[in-house]
Amino acid sequence: MPFEEKLTWVNLVVTLGVAAAYFAVVLTPLGEVPAAEIAYQRPLLIAVGASIVLTIIGAILTAIGTAVSGEISGRDATAEIERKDERDADINRRGDLLGYYVASAGAVGVMALTMLEADYFWIANALYLSFLTATLVSAIYKLVLYRRGY
Amino acid sequence: MVKPTKVTNRIRSLRFAAGEMTQAELADRVGVTRQTIIAIEQGRYSPTLEMAFRIARALGVPLDEVFEYPEEAK
Repeated sequence: MPFEEKLTWVNLVVTLGVAAAYFAVVLTPLGEVPAAEIAYQRPLLIAVGASIVLTIIGAILTAIGTAVSGEISGRDATAEIERKDERDADINRRGDLLGYYVASAGAVGVMALTMLEADYFWIANALYLSFLTATLVSAIYKLVLYRRGY
Repeated sequence: MVKPTKVTNRIRSLRFAAGEMTQAELADRVGVTRQTIIAIEQGRYSPTLEMAFRIARALGVPLDEVFEYPEEAK
């Protein structure tokens, strides 16, 4: 598996994991208290920060894992980690572009919520949800392109 | 669900002709990942013109011995 594809997997897993934890924390009290009273601010900031930090840690661990498995099987792991070719760049571009469309569509939804004067809770979470969906769609599309070809 | 490109290639047989060069060796010479060589061999990726030239050079043959583009059906 190309190193760039491994990083896409890291991105996908981290994004999914962090989002699951965030929504578990924030949406659980929803049935009992009004949305406007849920303190989503801290968990949201932590979720955004955790996504960044965990993606970096995941990338470092992936590089270490690649280096160790390269050492064991006698492959040149350094070249493998450093190598990023035109196909990687092209897949990245295509995935990011699709993610951009998804995020834009989400932003239109957020704009609608704002005009309807929805609670800040819903506006903030809809925005997080559109970034989240954009990242997931983009990562999954990249993995499909890596696997299926184009 | 593989959508093959119209460009065909003879990389596989040319690799064997060039001293049974492995996909990894060819990838190193061209400076791409092994998976990219695999994708090109299987027709899952059309390389850029520049990469195509580098592959031909690494295999020691002219470009049109590596890649072929079929005539349009009339």
